Amino acid sequence: MSHAFVEVQQAAKRFPGDRGEEDLTVFENVSFSLEKGEFVCIIGHSGCGKSTIMNALAGLDSLSDGAMIMDGREINGPGLERGVVFQNYSLLPWLTALENVRFGVRARWKAWNEAKVTEHSLAYLEMVGLKGVEDRKPAQLSGGMRQRVSIARAFATKPELLLLDEPFGALDALTRGVIQDELVKIWSQDRQTVFMITHDVDEAILLADRIFLMTNGPQARIAEAVEIDLPRPRARAEIVKHPHFYQIRNYLVEFLVNRSGKLRTADIDQRGLQYPRAVNPVTERAPEPAAATTSADTDINSDNDRADSPSSATSTHKLVKFTPKETHHG
Amino acid sequence: MDRTTTEWKFSLNVRATLLAVLILIAGLGLWEGLHQVPALTGVGQLSEYEQLMAGADQTAKVPPPSAVLVRAWEELSNPFYDAGPNDKGIGIQLGYSLYRVLTGYLMAAVIAIPIGFLIGMSPLMYKALNPYIQVLRPISPLAWMPLALFIIRDSEASAIFVIFICSIWPMLLNTAFGVAGVRQDWVNVARTHELSSIKTAFKVILPAAAPTILTGMRISIGIAWLVIVAAEMLVGGTGIGYYVWNEWNNLDLTSVIFSILMIGVVGMLLDLALSSVARLVTYQE
Repeated sequence: MSHAFVEVQQAAKRFPGDRGEEDLTVFENVSFSLEKGEFVCIIGHSGCGKSTIMNALAGLDSLSDGAMIMDGREINGPGLERGVVFQNYSLLPWLTALENVRFGVRARWKAWNEAKVTEHSLAYLEMVGLKGVEDRKPAQLSGGMRQRVSIARAFATKPELLLLDEPFGALDALTRGVIQDELVKIWSQDRQTVFMITHDVDEAILLADRIFLMTNGPQARIAEAVEIDLPRPRARAEIVKHPHFYQIRNYLVEFLVNRSGKLRTADIDQRGLQYPRAVNPVTERAPEPAAATTSADTDINSDNDRADSPSSATSTHKLVKFTPKETHHG
Repeated sequence: MDRTTTEWKFSLNVRATLLAVLILIAGLGLWEGLHQVPALTGVGQLSEYEQLMAGADQTAKVPPPSAVLVRAWEELSNPFYDAGPNDKGIGIQLGYSLYRVLTGYLMAAVIAIPIGFLIGMSPLMYKALNPYIQVLRPISPLAWMPLALFIIRDSEASAIFVIFICSIWPMLLNTAFGVAGVRQDWVNVARTHELSSIKTAFKVILPAAAPTILTGMRISIGIAWLVIVAAEMLVGGTGIGYYVWNEWNNLDLTSVIFSILMIGVVGMLLDLALSSVARLVTYQE
């Protein structure tokens, strides 16, 4: 098969249980691939292991099972070709905004002289709208400004894969919107591959090419990969007017509210490599337009129908029926 | 609103200063007054014994603050005179003490900070070294003195060793504590930027732990200054501790009180110096 830019195969994370008890499996059999230049969001309830997957991609955490390959090389440690934006910004508080960005730039291009490092860092700070406050320490910046510095630091090193761990989770809605727009702007320049955790369905639709939906942990999996084919460039104000927007949104919310928990014990696949089912909510739900556009009540009613007949959109990947859970010690 | 706020702050400072001066005047006045009381009652009707003793008290009294101030003026106006082994200016005595304290203290810092780093970074080293630290730390520094004198065979170096041994523990433990407590997020930033261990230590862990390390250094210099007085009383020869004991032997309590005050002032200045360094490395999260 052709090699995607990032390939994750049968990843699993297990924690040893207390004596006598079974291991706690946070997630297992998680496989997915990212194409170069793709923006992928991953959504799931807390505890499903999203952050672990992200940290493993960043090289900060290890998997219990499975392999991660990026650009033909196995990921087994942190690297500058992967940039990370943490939810809590992770700026170094004793450095100014500019010095924080310079920290990344200097680590990336060791041969650059001071002037060039500063110039490059300032350019990225300006790109996130922080011109004029570059000499302030993080404590003197608002939460939104801090996250902008963090984004500037990550983008300034021009990583091939950007990992964003709920970058806007701690921000208020207004600030979040502004920085989302800035993220879209800065991303559309270099078109890096982005893998982002979010809890915000609207944010995911605005940013992503594909959205991975995770079932609840323990034994979480990525159940579906929802394709977002809304035209780019997208803007927050316009995107909600697109006829497909609410179809996609309803589909995602319905998954998170109803199906993510139900699929919890479903034996998606215990053996073999299995990629998440590709779903396009628009084409999939075309035959039943009533369910697509109306409220969540309808969604609950239609849930049973659809769960039993997922084959309308895809062929090979089929959700296996509920079976008594088997545990595999590996 | 701003105006009232600043006025309030201003007046608080002024009031605090006024109160401090009042306490000083009251304290000194009481001290001076207590000293004068017997002399005042004795005026007019002296007994034969008192006439023989020319009005002097039967029991020696703590000298009044006025006498201490006069002595302070004498000593401080010529602090560096040297009139033989038992008569040196207060500046020379303090200089000897400072030299011993700083030498022992810096030697301790050179050893304690790297070892503290190691203990803070490595749980293995922490577990291996912790029992030794816990046993050695509570030992009174002066208890080392006989052993130091026997091994080193030099009183001057033994005093420095005592300072070294007493100032090493707070620095060691605070460094280890600060390094172990560096937020994992910051270490992760270093890791995702592929910083080498050395660079991570200097660019992330050291600045992150610096405020805690400086706190340890402040505690250490305080302890070192406490201990040098006692150490010099034992080894003798020079230094402010020897000066206090020597003046006690001379029954010159005025000088004793004056040197006690000088010990306090120098200790405060040492602490101020380190706290201003600490302010440089402190960061706000």
